[in-house]
Amino acid sequence: MSKMRESLIMKVHYGTALGAVALVAIHILFRMTQDFSASLQYQSVIANYHFLPYALMLEVVLILLSVHGFNGLRVILLELKQGIGYERAVNYGCLGAMTALIVYGSRTILMAGVGMT
Amino acid sequence: MAAIGSKTSDEVSPTAVSSSNSITLRISKFNPKNDSSSKFVEFKVPVQKWTTVLDTILAVKQHLDPSIAVRYSCRQASCGSCGMKINGKPALACYTKISELNSNIVTVEPMNNFPILRDLAVDMTQMFSTHKKLKPYIIRDDSEVTNDTKEFLQTPKEVEDYLQFSYCIKCGLCNSACPTMATDSSFMGPQALTQAYRYVADNRDKGEKERLKIIDSSHGVWRCHFAGSCSKVCPKGVDPAMGIQLLRGYLLGFRK
Repeated sequence: MSKMRESLIMKVHYGTALGAVALVAIHILFRMTQDFSASLQYQSVIANYHFLPYALMLEVVLILLSVHGFNGLRVILLELKQGIGYERAVNYGCLGAMTALIVYGSRTILMAGVGMT
Repeated sequence: MAAIGSKTSDEVSPTAVSSSNSITLRISKFNPKNDSSSKFVEFKVPVQKWTTVLDTILAVKQHLDPSIAVRYSCRQASCGSCGMKINGKPALACYTKISELNSNIVTVEPMNNFPILRDLAVDMTQMFSTHKKLKPYIIRDDSEVTNDTKEFLQTPKEVEDYLQFSYCIKCGLCNSACPTMATDSSFMGPQALTQAYRYVADNRDKGEKERLKIIDSSHGVWRCHFAGSCSKVCPKGVDPAMGIQLLRGYLLGFRK
């Protein structure tokens, strides 16, 4: 990550923000296809995960928000304190935490999708 | 001219300019070798409507306290030496008239985001070193000064692309006002980034790639939050905030 040009990282940052806004908007609009409280009931939520295109969209939202969020956190931490060791720890720590969150979230989406709940 | 004395003060309530034609000048005194913190010393200084803040500091230095450390030179906003915080805002002391401050208490402090050498004098080494790192000169293989080469002509439009950015006098006020510099000591700062833009935007220059590579780092152009304080305090009318955004345009591929 530290070897990547900052402009490439920021292009990804802006891109993931735009993508997340679009997909989260779709996600919210889906709540409006039925009564809002009903859309949040257990069976309704599980049905979303069983619907492959929707589950894939949730996976993409997870990736977009994780990448955007952890890069934002990385930037904040880099501005907070400086130093070679600290900056390396922040870069790799955020990369690791982002990967862990995506893996854990993907596992949840997959398990719900195949009915392991 | 009468001195109130060299007493320190924590609280002084500002009042409107009085008709007595004198002001209270509060100067921040700090010697990092001897003092643990800065303290304000007050002086009563007579002023005229054309008196500048630098005039009052030099009057105090000449008549009341010769130990005050202040950097100055041209007295006409050209050299960029006398940058300091005047009533909390970064400004050039030689370019700020007492009459425009609308207060009979004037507080002068060293600029933020620079190490203090003593009193009002700050260490600008890092700013100049960052400025130098960004190659603030025209880069190209040929030269207009060698024989048999022609002058590098520019149209008025081409000059306009960078002209305002070439007015920078390296006073450091923009860096002092920058909120990112307050927390990120490695941030290149608006001064250096603006000068990078000044040369990138110059069509005679061929060093765009080199410069963009330098500013495209974790403490480079992307750390600007676009607060705009740099542009607000510039005494020469340069707009560093815009220069930084335009530099981003080059890195994002919007500008060539």
